[in-house]
Amino acid sequence: MELRPLTKIAIYSLLSVAALFWLLPVLWVVISALKTNSDLYSYPPKLWPHPVTFEHFKEAFSKGDFGLYFKNSTIVTLTSTLLLLLINSMAGFALAKYRFRGSSIILIGFISTLMIPIEVIMIPIFKVLSALGMYNSMLAIIIPPAATPTGVFLMRQYLLTVPDELLEAARMDGAGEWKIYWSIILPMAKPILAVLAIFSFMWRWDDFLWPLIAISDPAKYTIQLALSNFIGEYSVDWGSLLAMSVITMIPVLVVFIVFQRYFVSGMITSGMKG
Amino acid sequence: MNGGQSLNRKKQTGQTRKLAIAPYLFILPNLLIFGVFIVIPSLLGLFYSFHVYDGLNPMKFNGLGNYIKIIGDKEFWSTIGRTGIYAAIVVPLIYAVALGIAMLLAREIKMRGLFRAIFYWPTMISFIIVGLTWKWIFGDSFGILNHMLTLIGVEPVGFLTSPFWANAAVIIATVWSRAGFFMVIFIAGLQAIPTDYYEAARLDGATGLKVFRHITLPLLKPTSLLVFMLSLIDAFKAFPLIFALTGGGPGKETTYIVQYIYEIGFTKQELGLASAMSVMLFVIIGGFSALQFRISKGGAV
Repeated sequence: MELRPLTKIAIYSLLSVAALFWLLPVLWVVISALKTNSDLYSYPPKLWPHPVTFEHFKEAFSKGDFGLYFKNSTIVTLTSTLLLLLINSMAGFALAKYRFRGSSIILIGFISTLMIPIEVIMIPIFKVLSALGMYNSMLAIIIPPAATPTGVFLMRQYLLTVPDELLEAARMDGAGEWKIYWSIILPMAKPILAVLAIFSFMWRWDDFLWPLIAISDPAKYTIQLALSNFIGEYSVDWGSLLAMSVITMIPVLVVFIVFQRYFVSGMITSGMKG
Repeated sequence: MNGGQSLNRKKQTGQTRKLAIAPYLFILPNLLIFGVFIVIPSLLGLFYSFHVYDGLNPMKFNGLGNYIKIIGDKEFWSTIGRTGIYAAIVVPLIYAVALGIAMLLAREIKMRGLFRAIFYWPTMISFIIVGLTWKWIFGDSFGILNHMLTLIGVEPVGFLTSPFWANAAVIIATVWSRAGFFMVIFIAGLQAIPTDYYEAARLDGATGLKVFRHITLPLLKPTSLLVFMLSLIDAFKAFPLIFALTGGGPGKETTYIVQYIYEIGFTKQELGLASAMSVMLFVIIGGFSALQFRISKGGAV
Protein backbone atom coordinates (compact mmCIF):
# COMPACT_ATOMS: atom_id res chain seq x y z
CA MET A 1 0.00 0.00 0.00
CA GLU A 2 1.63 3.25 -1.14
CA LEU A 3 1.28 6.10 1.27
CA ARG A 4 0.33 9.56 0.15
CA PRO A 5 3.19 12.06 0.47
CA LEU A 6 1.28 14.12 3.02
CA THR A 7 0.65 11.07 5.21
CA LYS A 8 4.30 10.19 4.90
CA ILE A 9 5.41 13.60 6.11
CA ALA A 10 2.99 13.39 9.02
CA ILE A 11 4.27 9.94 10.02
CA TYR A 12 7.91 11.00 9.84
CA SER A 13 7.33 14.15 11.87
CA LEU A 14 5.46 12.28 14.56
CA LEU A 15 8.13 9.60 14.72
CA SER A 16 10.93 12.15 14.84
CA VAL A 17 9.37 14.09 17.69
CA ALA A 18 8.85 10.85 19.60
CA ALA A 19 12.39 9.72 18.83
CA LEU A 20 13.73 12.97 20.29
CA PHE A 21 11.81 12.34 23.49
CA TRP A 22 13.40 8.90 23.79
CA LEU A 23 16.90 9.96 22.76
CA LEU A 24 17.46 13.30 24.44
CA PRO A 25 17.40 12.19 28.10
CA VAL A 26 20.24 9.73 27.60
CA LEU A 27 22.09 12.18 25.38
CA TRP A 28 21.79 14.84 28.07
CA VAL A 29 23.30 12.45 30.62
CA VAL A 30 26.24 11.74 28.30
CA ILE A 31 26.80 15.44 27.53
CA SER A 32 26.60 16.35 31.21
CA ALA A 33 29.07 13.65 32.18
CA LEU A 34 31.62 15.30 29.90
CA LYS A 35 31.36 18.71 31.61
CA THR A 36 33.62 20.21 34.21
CA ASN A 37 32.10 20.62 37.65
CA SER A 38 31.62 24.35 37.22
CA ASP A 39 29.79 23.81 33.92
CA LEU A 40 27.73 21.02 35.44
CA TYR A 41 26.13 23.22 38.06
CA SER A 42 26.02 26.48 36.14
CA TYR A 43 22.67 28.11 35.61
CA PRO A 44 21.47 28.59 32.94
CA PRO A 45 22.81 25.17 31.95
CA LYS A 46 25.32 25.12 29.12
CA LEU A 47 24.11 22.97 26.30
CA TRP A 48 27.57 21.83 25.33
CA PRO A 49 30.55 20.91 27.50
CA HIS A 50 33.29 23.47 27.20
CA PRO A 51 35.93 22.20 27.58
CA VAL A 52 35.12 18.50 27.14
CA THR A 53 36.58 16.64 30.08
CA PHE A 54 36.90 13.03 31.11
CA GLU A 55 37.73 13.89 34.70
CA HIS A 56 34.51 12.40 36.07
CA PHE A 57 35.19 9.12 34.34
CA LYS A 58 38.70 9.01 35.79
CA GLU A 59 37.41 10.08 39.20
CA ALA A 60 34.83 7.31 39.23
CA PHE A 61 37.59 4.74 39.06
CA SER A 62 40.30 6.51 41.05
CA LYS A 63 38.41 8.16 43.90
CA GLY A 64 35.61 5.71 44.57
CA ASP A 65 35.24 1.97 44.33
CA PHE A 66 33.48 2.00 41.00
CA GLY A 67 36.04 -0.41 39.55
CA LEU A 68 35.17 -2.89 42.28
CA TYR A 69 31.43 -2.57 41.69
CA PHE A 70 31.96 -2.98 37.98
CA LYS A 71 33.97 -6.13 38.62
CA ASN A 72 31.31 -7.50 41.00
CA SER A 73 28.54 -6.87 38.48
CA THR A 74 30.57 -8.52 35.74
CA ILE A 75 31.28 -11.63 37.84
CA VAL A 76 27.65 -11.94 38.92
CA THR A 77 26.27 -11.39 35.42
CA LEU A 78 28.59 -13.86 33.70
CA THR A 79 28.45 -16.70 36.24
CA SER A 80 24.73 -16.39 36.80
CA THR A 81 24.12 -16.42 33.05
CA LEU A 82 26.26 -19.53 32.55
CA LEU A 83 24.46 -21.25 35.40
CA LEU A 84 21.10 -20.25 33.96
CA LEU A 85 21.96 -21.69 30.56
CA LEU A 86 23.13 -24.94 32.11
CA ILE A 87 20.33 -25.68 34.55
CA ASN A 88 17.46 -24.27 32.48
CA SER A 89 18.48 -26.31 29.45
CA MET A 90 18.82 -29.42 31.61
CA ALA A 91 15.34 -28.98 33.04
CA GLY A 92 13.89 -28.02 29.67
CA PHE A 93 15.42 -31.14 28.13
CA ALA A 94 13.99 -33.40 30.83
CA LEU A 95 10.53 -31.88 30.48
CA ALA A 96 10.57 -32.07 26.69
CA LYS A 97 12.11 -35.45 25.98
CA TYR A 98 11.41 -37.81 28.88
CA ARG A 99 8.19 -39.34 30.03
CA PHE A 100 8.30 -39.65 33.78
CA ARG A 101 6.07 -39.55 36.81
CA GLY A 102 5.20 -36.04 37.87
CA SER A 103 6.54 -34.34 34.75
CA SER A 104 3.39 -32.37 34.02
CA ILE A 105 2.99 -31.34 37.64
CA ILE A 106 6.58 -30.16 37.72
CA LEU A 107 6.08 -28.18 34.52
CA ILE A 108 2.95 -26.53 35.84
CA GLY A 109 4.73 -25.91 39.14
CA PHE A 110 7.63 -24.22 37.36
CA ILE A 111 5.35 -21.99 35.34
CA SER A 112 3.20 -21.06 38.31
CA THR A 113 6.25 -19.64 40.09
CA LEU A 114 5.81 -16.77 37.61
CA MET A 115 2.81 -15.81 39.71
CA ILE A 116 4.98 -15.16 42.74
CA PRO A 117 7.04 -12.07 42.02
CA ILE A 118 10.08 -11.64 44.22
CA GLU A 119 8.57 -8.35 45.40
CA VAL A 120 6.10 -10.24 47.58
CA ILE A 121 8.64 -12.60 49.18
CA MET A 122 11.50 -10.18 49.90
CA ILE A 123 11.37 -10.67 53.65
CA PRO A 124 11.31 -14.47 53.82
CA ILE A 125 13.98 -14.60 51.09
CA PHE A 126 16.17 -12.50 53.32
CA LYS A 127 15.56 -14.94 56.19
CA VAL A 128 16.29 -17.99 54.03
CA LEU A 129 19.51 -16.44 52.75
CA SER A 130 20.60 -15.67 56.31
CA ALA A 131 19.75 -19.19 57.48
CA LEU A 132 21.83 -20.66 54.66
CA GLY A 133 24.76 -18.38 55.44
CA MET A 134 24.36 -16.79 52.00
CA TYR A 135 23.58 -13.29 53.19
CA ASN A 136 26.26 -10.88 51.95
CA SER A 137 27.61 -13.55 49.65
CA MET A 138 27.77 -13.05 45.90
CA LEU A 139 26.37 -16.57 45.57
CA ALA A 140 23.07 -15.16 46.81
CA ILE A 141 22.73 -13.02 43.70
CA ILE A 142 24.21 -15.63 41.35
CA ILE A 143 22.41 -18.87 42.20
CA PRO A 144 18.75 -18.06 43.03
CA PRO A 145 18.02 -15.85 40.01
CA ALA A 146 19.53 -18.46 37.66
CA ALA A 147 16.49 -20.72 37.88
CA THR A 148 13.97 -18.92 35.68
CA PRO A 149 10.59 -20.37 34.74
CA THR A 150 10.78 -18.46 31.47
CA GLY A 151 14.10 -20.08 30.61
CA VAL A 152 12.89 -23.60 31.40
CA PHE A 153 9.71 -23.06 29.43
CA LEU A 154 11.44 -21.62 26.35
CA MET A 155 13.99 -24.45 26.38
CA ARG A 156 11.25 -27.05 26.67
CA GLN A 157 9.23 -25.59 23.81
CA TYR A 158 12.30 -25.47 21.63
CA LEU A 159 13.48 -29.01 22.44
CA LEU A 160 10.06 -30.54 21.81
CA THR A 161 10.96 -30.36 18.12
CA VAL A 162 13.98 -32.64 18.51
CA PRO A 163 13.00 -36.04 17.04
CA ASP A 164 12.97 -38.96 19.51
CA GLU A 165 14.66 -41.19 16.92
CA LEU A 166 17.80 -39.12 17.21
CA LEU A 167 18.06 -39.80 20.92
CA GLU A 168 17.17 -43.49 20.46
CA ALA A 169 19.91 -43.89 17.90
CA ALA A 170 22.42 -42.34 20.28
CA ARG A 171 21.32 -44.70 23.05
CA MET A 172 21.76 -47.68 20.70
CA ASP A 173 25.30 -46.50 20.16
CA GLY A 174 25.76 -46.65 23.90
CA ALA A 175 25.64 -42.95 24.70
CA GLY A 176 24.65 -42.14 28.28
CA GLU A 177 21.93 -39.62 29.08
CA TRP A 178 24.38 -36.92 30.11
CA LYS A 179 26.36 -37.43 26.93
CA ILE A 180 23.17 -37.09 24.89
CA TYR A 181 22.38 -33.84 26.64
CA TRP A 182 25.88 -32.49 26.36
CA SER A 183 26.80 -33.45 22.80
CA ILE A 184 23.46 -33.63 21.01
CA ILE A 185 20.96 -31.40 22.79
CA LEU A 186 23.15 -28.46 23.72
CA PRO A 187 24.58 -27.93 20.21
CA MET A 188 21.10 -28.15 18.73
CA ALA A 189 19.76 -25.61 21.21
CA LYS A 190 22.26 -22.90 20.32
CA PRO A 191 19.77 -20.36 18.93
CA ILE A 192 17.52 -20.48 21.99
CA LEU A 193 20.53 -20.52 24.29
CA ALA A 194 21.70 -17.33 22.60
CA VAL A 195 18.36 -15.64 23.22
CA LEU A 196 18.38 -16.69 26.86
CA ALA A 197 21.98 -15.60 27.32
CA ILE A 198 21.19 -12.11 26.06
CA PHE A 199 18.20 -11.78 28.33
CA SER A 200 19.98 -13.16 31.34
CA PHE A 201 22.81 -10.72 30.71
CA MET A 202 20.40 -7.82 30.75
CA TRP A 203 18.39 -9.09 33.71
CA ARG A 204 21.43 -9.64 35.89
CA TRP A 205 23.31 -6.53 34.85
CA ASP A 206 20.28 -4.32 35.55
CA ASP A 207 19.05 -6.19 38.62
CA PHE A 208 18.42 -4.17 41.73
CA LEU A 209 16.06 -6.14 43.97
CA TRP A 210 18.17 -9.25 44.59
CA PRO A 211 21.29 -7.26 45.50
CA LEU A 212 19.16 -4.98 47.67
CA ILE A 213 17.84 -7.94 49.66
CA ALA A 214 21.02 -10.00 49.78
CA ILE A 215 23.93 -7.57 50.02
CA SER A 216 24.81 -4.93 52.58
CA ASP A 217 28.59 -5.19 52.54
CA PRO A 218 29.91 -2.36 50.29
CA ALA A 219 32.74 -4.60 49.11
CA LYS A 220 30.13 -6.80 47.43
CA TYR A 221 27.93 -4.07 45.94
CA THR A 222 26.87 -4.40 42.34
CA ILE A 223 26.80 -1.28 40.20
CA GLN A 224 23.05 -0.82 40.49
CA LEU A 225 23.13 -1.13 44.27
CA ALA A 226 26.04 1.31 44.50
CA LEU A 227 24.33 3.85 42.21
CA SER A 228 21.11 3.64 44.22
CA ASN A 229 23.08 4.39 47.35
CA PHE A 230 24.94 7.34 45.86
CA ILE A 231 21.75 8.96 44.64
CA GLY A 232 20.25 8.75 48.11
CA GLU A 233 23.11 10.66 49.67
CA TYR A 234 22.52 14.10 51.07
CA SER A 235 24.76 15.90 48.58
CA VAL A 236 24.83 13.98 45.36
CA ASP A 237 28.09 14.04 43.39
CA TRP A 238 26.41 14.31 40.00
CA GLY A 239 29.63 14.38 38.02
CA SER A 240 30.77 10.90 38.93
CA LEU A 241 27.23 9.59 39.17
CA LEU A 242 26.53 10.56 35.55
CA ALA A 243 29.88 9.21 34.38
CA MET A 244 29.23 5.91 36.16
CA SER A 245 25.78 5.70 34.58
CA VAL A 246 27.27 6.20 31.13
CA ILE A 247 29.84 3.47 31.70
CA THR A 248 27.16 1.15 33.08
CA MET A 249 24.98 1.61 30.01
CA ILE A 250 27.76 0.69 27.60
CA PRO A 251 27.82 -3.15 28.00
CA VAL A 252 24.04 -3.33 27.57
CA LEU A 253 24.21 -1.00 24.58
CA VAL A 254 26.85 -3.19 22.95
CA VAL A 255 24.79 -6.34 23.54
CA PHE A 256 21.76 -4.53 22.14
CA ILE A 257 23.49 -3.36 18.97
CA VAL A 258 25.08 -6.74 18.28
CA PHE A 259 21.93 -8.78 18.91
CA GLN A 260 19.34 -6.21 17.92
CA ARG A 261 17.30 -8.53 15.75
CA TYR A 262 16.63 -10.83 18.70
CA PHE A 263 15.18 -8.00 20.71
CA VAL A 264 13.14 -6.14 18.18
CA SER A 265 11.72 -9.24 16.52
CA GLY A 266 8.69 -10.84 18.10
CA MET A 267 10.96 -13.36 19.79
CA ILE A 268 11.16 -11.43 22.99
CA THR A 269 7.46 -11.31 23.68
CA SER A 270 7.77 -14.67 25.38
CA GLY A 271 10.97 -13.86 27.19
CA MET A 272 9.91 -11.02 29.36
CA LYS A 273 10.51 -12.03 32.92
CA GLY A 274 13.65 -12.63 34.90
CA MET B 1 24.67 -67.32 23.33
CA ASN B 2 22.64 -67.74 26.45
CA GLY B 3 25.18 -65.73 28.40
CA GLY B 4 25.10 -63.05 25.74
CA GLN B 5 21.34 -62.72 25.99
CA SER B 6 21.32 -62.31 29.74
CA LEU B 7 24.11 -59.78 29.46
CA ASN B 8 22.02 -57.92 26.93
CA ARG B 9 19.04 -57.98 29.22
CA LYS B 10 21.15 -56.76 32.10
CA LYS B 11 22.39 -53.91 29.95
CA GLN B 12 18.83 -53.07 29.00
CA THR B 13 17.49 -53.00 32.52
CA GLY B 14 20.46 -50.85 33.43
CA GLN B 15 19.51 -48.51 30.65
CA THR B 16 15.84 -48.30 31.58
CA ARG B 17 16.85 -47.61 35.13
CA LYS B 18 19.06 -44.80 33.94
CA LEU B 19 16.21 -43.52 31.78
CA ALA B 20 14.00 -43.49 34.84
CA ILE B 21 16.40 -41.51 37.01
CA ALA B 22 17.96 -39.21 34.41
CA PRO B 23 15.07 -36.74 34.03
CA TYR B 24 14.88 -36.22 37.79
CA LEU B 25 18.59 -35.51 37.93
CA PHE B 26 18.29 -33.06 35.04
CA ILE B 27 15.50 -31.22 36.80
CA LEU B 28 17.05 -31.32 40.24
CA PRO B 29 19.10 -28.07 40.22
CA ASN B 30 16.16 -25.97 39.05
CA LEU B 31 13.75 -27.72 41.35
CA LEU B 32 16.06 -27.22 44.30
CA ILE B 33 16.45 -23.50 43.65
CA PHE B 34 12.73 -23.00 43.11
CA GLY B 35 12.02 -24.95 46.25
CA VAL B 36 14.49 -23.13 48.46
CA PHE B 37 14.11 -19.61 47.09
CA ILE B 38 10.49 -19.44 45.97
CA VAL B 39 8.35 -22.17 47.55
CA ILE B 40 9.85 -22.09 51.04
CA PRO B 41 9.91 -18.27 51.20
CA SER B 42 6.29 -18.16 50.05
CA LEU B 43 5.17 -20.54 52.79
CA LEU B 44 7.42 -18.80 55.30
CA GLY B 45 5.93 -15.43 54.34
CA LEU B 46 2.44 -16.77 54.83
CA PHE B 47 3.51 -18.20 58.20
CA TYR B 48 5.10 -14.92 59.32
CA SER B 49 1.97 -13.06 58.38
CA PHE B 50 0.13 -14.68 61.31
CA HIS B 51 2.85 -13.80 63.81
CA VAL B 52 4.42 -10.84 65.52
CA TYR B 53 8.07 -11.04 64.56
CA ASP B 54 10.94 -8.58 64.65
CA GLY B 55 13.52 -10.95 63.18
CA LEU B 56 15.42 -11.32 66.44
CA ASN B 57 13.11 -12.29 69.29
CA PRO B 58 11.01 -15.47 69.05
CA MET B 59 7.84 -14.93 67.09
CA LYS B 60 4.49 -14.78 68.76
CA PHE B 61 1.35 -16.17 67.20
CA ASN B 62 -1.03 -13.35 66.47
CA GLY B 63 -3.81 -14.99 64.49
CA LEU B 64 -5.33 -12.52 62.07
CA GLY B 65 -3.99 -9.65 64.17
CA ASN B 66 -1.64 -8.34 61.49
CA TYR B 67 -4.37 -8.36 58.87
CA ILE B 68 -6.79 -6.60 61.18
CA LYS B 69 -4.15 -4.02 61.96
CA ILE B 70 -3.52 -3.44 58.25
CA ILE B 71 -7.20 -3.05 57.48
CA GLY B 72 -7.32 -0.24 60.01
CA ASP B 73 -4.01 1.28 58.90
CA LYS B 74 -4.63 4.58 57.15
CA GLU B 75 -1.13 4.81 55.77
CA PHE B 76 -1.39 1.38 54.16
CA TRP B 77 -4.58 2.34 52.40
CA SER B 78 -3.27 5.67 51.21
CA THR B 79 -0.23 3.82 49.84
CA ILE B 80 -2.52 1.37 48.04
CA GLY B 81 -4.54 4.34 46.81
CA ARG B 82 -1.44 6.09 45.45
CA THR B 83 -0.31 2.89 43.77
CA GLY B 84 -3.78 2.45 42.29
CA ILE B 85 -3.88 6.00 40.92
CA TYR B 86 -0.39 5.59 39.51
CA ALA B 87 -1.48 2.34 37.83
CA ALA B 88 -4.72 3.89 36.56
CA ILE B 89 -2.76 6.63 34.79
CA VAL B 90 0.35 4.80 33.70
CA VAL B 91 -1.37 1.73 32.23
CA PRO B 92 -3.60 3.54 29.69
CA LEU B 93 -0.77 5.96 28.91
CA ILE B 94 1.66 3.15 28.13
CA TYR B 95 -1.06 1.44 26.15
CA ALA B 96 -1.77 4.50 24.01
CA VAL B 97 1.86 5.48 23.49
CA ALA B 98 3.02 1.95 22.67
CA LEU B 99 0.11 1.31 20.32
CA GLY B 100 0.49 4.70 18.66
CA ILE B 101 4.15 4.18 17.93
CA ALA B 102 3.55 0.60 16.83
CA MET B 103 0.89 1.78 14.35
CA LEU B 104 3.28 4.32 12.88
CA LEU B 105 6.02 1.72 12.63
CA ALA B 106 3.85 -1.05 11.25
CA ARG B 107 3.82 0.70 7.86
CA GLU B 108 6.34 0.30 5.11
CA ILE B 109 8.56 3.28 5.80
CA LYS B 110 12.25 3.95 5.60
CA MET B 111 14.46 3.75 8.69
CA ARG B 112 11.88 1.60 10.43
CA GLY B 113 14.58 -0.48 12.10
CA LEU B 114 16.35 2.60 13.40
CA PHE B 115 13.17 4.04 14.89
CA ARG B 116 12.29 0.74 16.53
CA ALA B 117 15.75 0.55 18.04
CA ILE B 118 15.47 4.09 19.41
CA PHE B 119 12.16 3.32 21.12
CA TYR B 120 13.21 -0.09 22.36
CA TRP B 121 16.62 0.73 23.70
CA PRO B 122 15.50 2.49 26.93
CA THR B 123 13.80 -0.73 28.07
CA MET B 124 17.27 -2.19 28.47
CA ILE B 125 18.52 0.54 30.78
CA SER B 126 18.23 -0.39 34.44
CA PHE B 127 15.45 1.25 36.44
CA ILE B 128 18.06 2.80 38.70
CA ILE B 129 19.74 4.60 35.81
CA VAL B 130 16.38 5.58 34.30
CA GLY B 131 15.43 7.14 37.63
CA LEU B 132 18.78 8.85 37.89
CA THR B 133 18.56 10.18 34.33
CA TRP B 134 15.18 11.76 34.92
CA LYS B 135 16.20 13.09 38.29
CA TRP B 136 18.99 14.93 36.50
CA ILE B 137 16.49 16.33 33.98
CA PHE B 138 13.75 17.29 36.45
CA GLY B 139 16.18 18.43 39.16
CA ASP B 140 14.76 21.46 40.93
CA SER B 141 17.52 24.01 41.01
CA PHE B 142 19.64 23.13 38.01
CA GLY B 143 17.44 20.83 35.92
CA ILE B 144 17.46 21.41 32.19
CA LEU B 145 13.68 21.11 32.04
CA ASN B 146 13.10 24.07 34.32
CA HIS B 147 15.57 26.06 32.28
CA MET B 148 13.62 25.26 29.13
CA LEU B 149 10.39 26.28 30.85
CA THR B 150 11.83 29.66 31.80
CA LEU B 151 12.95 30.15 28.20
CA ILE B 152 9.33 29.94 27.06
CA GLY B 153 8.24 32.16 29.92
CA VAL B 154 6.86 29.59 32.34
CA GLU B 155 7.62 29.72 36.05
CA PRO B 156 10.02 26.96 37.22
CA VAL B 157 8.23 23.96 38.65
CA GLY B 158 9.29 22.02 41.76
CA PHE B 159 9.17 18.74 39.90
CA LEU B 160 10.52 16.65 42.72
CA THR B 161 9.26 18.74 45.62
CA SER B 162 5.60 19.12 44.73
CA PRO B 163 3.50 15.98 45.38
CA PHE B 164 1.61 16.36 42.12
CA TRP B 165 4.65 16.92 39.94
CA ALA B 166 6.70 14.21 41.65
CA ASN B 167 4.00 11.69 40.75
CA ALA B 168 3.86 13.11 37.23
CA ALA B 169 7.64 12.76 36.98
CA VAL B 170 7.43 9.12 38.04
CA ILE B 171 4.74 8.49 35.43
CA ILE B 172 6.71 10.17 32.64
CA ALA B 173 9.85 8.20 33.50
CA THR B 174 7.87 4.94 33.65
CA VAL B 175 6.29 5.49 30.24
CA TRP B 176 9.68 6.46 28.82
CA SER B 177 11.28 3.30 30.10
CA ARG B 178 8.53 0.77 29.34
CA ALA B 179 6.74 1.90 26.17
CA GLY B 180 9.31 0.32 23.84
CA PHE B 181 8.78 -3.11 25.31
CA PHE B 182 5.04 -3.01 24.77
CA MET B 183 5.53 -1.41 21.34
CA VAL B 184 7.27 -4.60 20.21
CA ILE B 185 4.36 -6.72 21.45
CA PHE B 186 1.93 -4.46 19.59
CA ILE B 187 3.96 -4.60 16.38
CA ALA B 188 3.84 -8.40 16.50
CA GLY B 189 0.08 -8.22 17.10
CA LEU B 190 -0.49 -5.77 14.26
CA GLN B 191 1.52 -7.86 11.85
CA ALA B 192 -0.62 -10.87 12.66
CA ILE B 193 -3.74 -9.12 11.31
CA PRO B 194 -4.32 -10.41 7.75
CA THR B 195 -4.11 -7.61 5.17
CA ASP B 196 -7.30 -8.89 3.49
CA TYR B 197 -9.33 -7.25 6.22
CA TYR B 198 -7.83 -3.86 5.48
CA GLU B 199 -8.30 -4.28 1.75
CA ALA B 200 -11.91 -5.32 2.18
CA ALA B 201 -12.50 -2.31 4.41
CA ARG B 202 -10.93 -0.02 1.85
CA LEU B 203 -13.08 -1.42 -0.92
CA ASP B 204 -16.07 -0.65 1.28
CA GLY B 205 -14.83 2.91 1.47
CA ALA B 206 -13.89 2.90 5.16
CA THR B 207 -11.49 5.64 6.23
CA GLY B 208 -8.59 5.63 8.68
CA LEU B 209 -10.41 6.11 11.96
CA LYS B 210 -13.18 3.71 11.03
CA VAL B 211 -10.70 1.04 10.01
CA PHE B 212 -8.93 1.49 13.32
CA ARG B 213 -12.13 1.22 15.35
CA HIS B 214 -13.77 -1.62 13.51
CA ILE B 215 -10.85 -3.71 12.33
CA THR B 216 -7.58 -2.97 14.08
CA LEU B 217 -8.88 -2.63 17.64
CA PRO B 218 -11.16 -5.69 17.68
CA LEU B 219 -8.57 -7.93 16.04
CA LEU B 220 -5.93 -6.63 18.40
CA LYS B 221 -7.95 -7.58 21.46
CA PRO B 222 -5.78 -10.49 22.66
CA THR B 223 -2.63 -8.37 22.35
CA SER B 224 -4.33 -5.46 24.08
CA LEU B 225 -5.34 -7.61 27.02
CA LEU B 226 -1.82 -8.95 27.36
CA VAL B 227 -0.31 -5.46 27.34
CA PHE B 228 -2.94 -4.23 29.74
CA MET B 229 -2.40 -6.97 32.29
CA LEU B 230 1.39 -7.02 32.07
CA SER B 231 1.66 -3.27 32.53
CA LEU B 232 -0.88 -3.40 35.36
CA ILE B 233 1.16 -6.04 37.20
CA ASP B 234 4.32 -4.01 36.53
CA ALA B 235 2.66 -0.94 38.01
CA PHE B 236 1.90 -2.72 41.27
CA LYS B 237 5.51 -3.90 41.47
CA ALA B 238 7.00 -0.47 40.74
CA PHE B 239 9.86 0.36 43.06
CA PRO B 240 13.48 0.63 41.78
CA LEU B 241 12.81 3.46 39.32
CA ILE B 242 10.99 5.48 41.97
CA PHE B 243 13.62 4.66 44.55
CA ALA B 244 16.21 6.36 42.34
CA LEU B 245 14.03 9.19 41.00
CA THR B 246 12.21 10.49 44.08
CA GLY B 247 13.19 8.13 46.89
CA GLY B 248 9.46 7.90 47.59
CA GLY B 249 9.19 11.59 48.41
CA PRO B 250 8.43 14.37 48.88
CA GLY B 251 7.31 12.98 52.24
CA LYS B 252 5.61 9.74 51.28
CA GLU B 253 3.92 11.16 48.19
CA THR B 254 5.51 8.73 45.71
CA THR B 255 5.93 5.78 48.08
CA TYR B 256 4.04 2.95 46.43
CA ILE B 257 3.18 -0.41 47.89
CA VAL B 258 6.43 -2.37 47.34
CA GLN B 259 8.57 0.36 48.85
CA TYR B 260 6.15 0.64 51.76
CA ILE B 261 6.42 -3.10 52.45
CA TYR B 262 10.19 -2.88 52.15
CA GLU B 263 10.33 -0.09 54.72
CA ILE B 264 8.01 -1.83 57.19
CA GLY B 265 9.94 -5.07 56.84
CA PHE B 266 13.55 -3.99 56.60
CA THR B 267 13.71 -0.53 58.14
CA LYS B 268 11.12 -0.92 60.89
CA GLN B 269 11.82 -4.64 61.33
CA GLU B 270 8.14 -5.52 61.57
CA LEU B 271 8.49 -8.74 59.62
CA GLY B 272 5.10 -10.18 60.50
CA LEU B 273 3.23 -7.06 59.52
CA ALA B 274 5.21 -6.64 56.29
CA SER B 275 4.56 -10.28 55.44
CA ALA B 276 0.83 -9.82 55.87
CA MET B 277 1.01 -6.82 53.52
CA SER B 278 2.99 -8.96 51.06
CA VAL B 279 0.26 -11.58 51.15
CA MET B 280 -2.27 -8.88 50.33
CA LEU B 281 -0.11 -7.58 47.48
CA PHE B 282 0.20 -11.14 46.22
CA VAL B 283 -3.57 -11.48 46.19
CA ILE B 284 -3.83 -8.28 44.12
CA ILE B 285 -1.10 -9.25 41.64
CA GLY B 286 -2.15 -12.90 41.59
CA GLY B 287 -5.69 -11.79 40.84
CA PHE B 288 -4.48 -9.83 37.81
CA SER B 289 -2.33 -12.74 36.59
CA ALA B 290 -5.14 -15.24 37.01
CA LEU B 291 -7.48 -12.90 35.17
CA GLN B 292 -5.02 -12.51 32.32
CA PHE B 293 -4.48 -16.26 32.22
CA ARG B 294 -8.20 -16.89 32.00
CA ILE B 295 -8.90 -14.23 29.42
CA SER B 296 -6.05 -15.34 27.19
CA LYS B 297 -7.20 -18.97 27.63
CA GLY B 298 -4.17 -20.54 29.19
CA GLY B 299 -1.71 -17.79 28.55
CA ALA B 300 -1.12 -18.53 24.86
CA VAL B 301 0.64 -15.42 23.63
